[in-house]
Amino acid sequence: MSTSLSGPGSAKQAPGREPVGSGLPRTSRTARNHAPITATGLLVKVILLGLTAGIAIWAAFPLVEAERWIGLAVLAATTAGLFYLYLTRRHIPAKYLVPGTLFLIAFQVVPVLYTASTAFTNFGDGHRGSKDEAIVAIQTASVKQVPGSTQYPLSVATQGDPATGPLVFLVTDPQTGAVSVGDAQGLRQLDPGDVTVAPGGKVTAADGYTILNFGQASSRSKDITELVVPTSGGALRSSGLSRAYEGKAVRGYDAGCDCVRDSETGRTWTADEETGAFVAADGERLAQGWKVDVGLRNFARVLTDPAISGPFFGTLVWNFAFAIGSTGGTFLLGMFIALALHSPRMRGTNLYRILLILPYAMPSFAMLLVWRDMFNTDFGLINNLFGLGVDWFGHDWSARLAVILVQLWLGYPYMFLVATGALQAIPRELTEATLVDGASPWQSFRTVTLPLLLVALSPLLIASFAYNFNNFNAIHLTTEGGPFPADNPTAGATDLLITYTYRLAFGAQGAQFGLAAAVSLFIFTIVAVVSAVSFRRTRKQEEVYS
Amino acid sequence: MRIRTAGVVAAFALALAASGCGGGSDEPAAKESPNAAGGKLVIWADDKRTAALKPFAEKFGQDNGVTVEVQAVSKDLQTNFVTASQQGSGPDVVVGAHDWIGNLVQNGAIDPVQLAAEQKSAFNETAIKAVTFNGQLYGVPYAMENLALIRNTELAPEAPKTIEDLVAAGKKLKAEKKASEILCLQSGQNGDAYHIYPLYTSGGGYLFGTTANGDYDPKDLGVGKPESIEAFKKIAALGEKGEGALKRSITAENSIATFTGKKCAYLVSGPWAIADAKKANISYDISPVPGFAGGKEAQPFVGVQAFYVAAKGKNKALAQEFVANYVTTPELAVALYNAEPRPPALTAALDQVKGSDPDLAKFQEAGKNGQVLPAIPAMATIWDPFGKAQAAIIGGADPAKTITAAGKTISGQIK
Repeated sequence: MSTSLSGPGSAKQAPGREPVGSGLPRTSRTARNHAPITATGLLVKVILLGLTAGIAIWAAFPLVEAERWIGLAVLAATTAGLFYLYLTRRHIPAKYLVPGTLFLIAFQVVPVLYTASTAFTNFGDGHRGSKDEAIVAIQTASVKQVPGSTQYPLSVATQGDPATGPLVFLVTDPQTGAVSVGDAQGLRQLDPGDVTVAPGGKVTAADGYTILNFGQASSRSKDITELVVPTSGGALRSSGLSRAYEGKAVRGYDAGCDCVRDSETGRTWTADEETGAFVAADGERLAQGWKVDVGLRNFARVLTDPAISGPFFGTLVWNFAFAIGSTGGTFLLGMFIALALHSPRMRGTNLYRILLILPYAMPSFAMLLVWRDMFNTDFGLINNLFGLGVDWFGHDWSARLAVILVQLWLGYPYMFLVATGALQAIPRELTEATLVDGASPWQSFRTVTLPLLLVALSPLLIASFAYNFNNFNAIHLTTEGGPFPADNPTAGATDLLITYTYRLAFGAQGAQFGLAAAVSLFIFTIVAVVSAVSFRRTRKQEEVYS
Repeated sequence: MRIRTAGVVAAFALALAASGCGGGSDEPAAKESPNAAGGKLVIWADDKRTAALKPFAEKFGQDNGVTVEVQAVSKDLQTNFVTASQQGSGPDVVVGAHDWIGNLVQNGAIDPVQLAAEQKSAFNETAIKAVTFNGQLYGVPYAMENLALIRNTELAPEAPKTIEDLVAAGKKLKAEKKASEILCLQSGQNGDAYHIYPLYTSGGGYLFGTTANGDYDPKDLGVGKPESIEAFKKIAALGEKGEGALKRSITAENSIATFTGKKCAYLVSGPWAIADAKKANISYDISPVPGFAGGKEAQPFVGVQAFYVAAKGKNKALAQEFVANYVTTPELAVALYNAEPRPPALTAALDQVKGSDPDLAKFQEAGKNGQVLPAIPAMATIWDPFGKAQAAIIGGADPAKTITAAGKTISGQIK
């Protein structure tokens, strides 16, 4: 199969190298359908495919290391699929659709599925890892120094190669100065003549042993941490690389009863697979738990816990009011200004446009904090400027008004921009025709301009609604959900569902990702339903006007 | 055909180059460590402390033939540390506040540190108590901090003995138009439990009772008890509907600035406010936060900054060595003090810097009767409801009703 390098208008015409049938039937049949391959196009293709392969290889190493074979298979299949797709001449539509689909899967579908799967677990602080990890943590945390025991200067040594040989501890008794060698079997005293002891008590040389320096020892960190030398009272363990102490793990796991037993007090905590924690008979739980599936319990809690479901409805109503108020307010203001600037009699429109876009150009994070301080009762700009003493964030309705005002200021430039664009796309002949027919400007706007504008802007309004419905920053950075009723610090007057659930999931004792995920799914459903209904209505509208 | 083949070859060449680039960042490090005889220690700290730690960490590395890397995590260090530990990509040592301990332990993220008795005795007793959790020492403290009353000596030459004295003096200054606020004690719309705590304790309130061995007991919650209502009745009298000394409009952002702008004579804050006061050329003095007349002592929270050994670190023995035997030296504590002037927890280091910085001794004096900020995980449930109740009461809400509701919310969240 041969290729033509000729691009339209390219100086590097290669006459006489027209596509010639090379035995493959499809070349001659489809030669007409192929866009000519240009040098730029080829280069872009080579670079992008090269990057794809590079990223795939880069991602493969950690996967191999962690033995994640399923992930590796997915990676290999995706990469091979991409190479096939872009090296073949067929599947033209797929060439356009696949990148977007891949990004959709990676950044939308996978997070949603992950959230959904988290909602069925108790994942959160205290329940992050596996049961084995919890057991290890409990045992490690219970290693206590044996009362009355001393700490020993320690040297780590080996009789073999420093990098691989079995390790021993050389410890010096601080009272007697006697040096002992310790391994997994126990302690044996060494002949004082065979060892050299530095003033601090640390052994610097011993016959038959190679003392590891810090560098050598630290590369064998794991072996040192795991080396436990049994003694009569407990066991010698390392505390760093230069000291050893006699310690004893007070708590241990007993597989027989599936419980943790405290050897000092004799108390036991039995594993509870329902909650993912070790629980004593009297209900006391060990802090270190593990992640378990809890089925629908998170969802049930959202629906039945009065602390959650009680304020839910009121919050939902305000949430709708906030989203509609923000979207509607910004749209009306933005459109009004766009209309004013669209008038042919208006002068200096460019200057106005630049000034109007300024709020949009500033980072909203910073602006929200500035607005919060401007609403301060005693030190805020607004009260000082107008000589008011309003406690803006202290009363329900003034706080609600304040956050909507802030949203209006932050959001109208965007609506102004898109409305300006949409207005310019509406032919002036249409409005002129209505005027010729004797319609008033208001009639002309209401029956011609506005419907055409809405056809273009409806999807953006729906997107803006969905965004404002979950506009966490707008509330969290200004009122933080407040003011709160004196008898309920969990649900405030300006709380959106998202800020309210953030407080529930992360304000309590540690983060509860499982519960947060369950509530997110509820919010996701609400926004999805509202958006679906709106889009359906928009489609009908489009059918009417187009 | 030729171009197609060339394209595939070029793609693979580029692929290899790209993957080579990706690996490039890891390889030198991996090669370096064998040269440095093996060990590598990774420390996570916030921006300020990273800068102070770097020279000492490097010295530790050179002295011992290991590589030490100090990485700055400027935001959400605790959360990032827990998440990274769980995934096995965390550091070996982390630097942070002692009230993280409860959460770090319940997530199995840190290991106990075994210090010898003589090492322990070199530290301030309160600092050691702060990093002790469930009878185990979990970190090595290096700095302590607590609230004190900072006053503008031009406006208020005398340190007030009681909060009533302070309010009377503040009101007089306000009447004379020398100041616009009586007291700068930050609250904000949603309250600030940390800053109101000295007054809460002076009024007789407590957060958690203590068990027999001196640990905080999450089952004995003091919020909502009659003592807490009494305390908040006294706080309400200072609020917006009362004396007007406590106001929700004084926030974390403006309280220090209002003090340095000479608009209020008294500021309740910590060692971090001193830099601003010096910059504004305020003549100031530091005294303990006063309590109510006839009430109990006003006890501020004492917070401790400490080094922790990560339980899932790759080089735990070296991390233990660094934390237990190197952080306990006064030189490092002094260097960290120079990076940010908070009183060192090591007695020897404090004595060393006390001479050149008289403020330290005054802050220490103010925190002498302080209470260790509870490190138990249940403390996380206190902050939000307690603060909101405080803000509501300062704004004029009924103390009994508000605090009872807050107590109910808190106890409902404690596991």
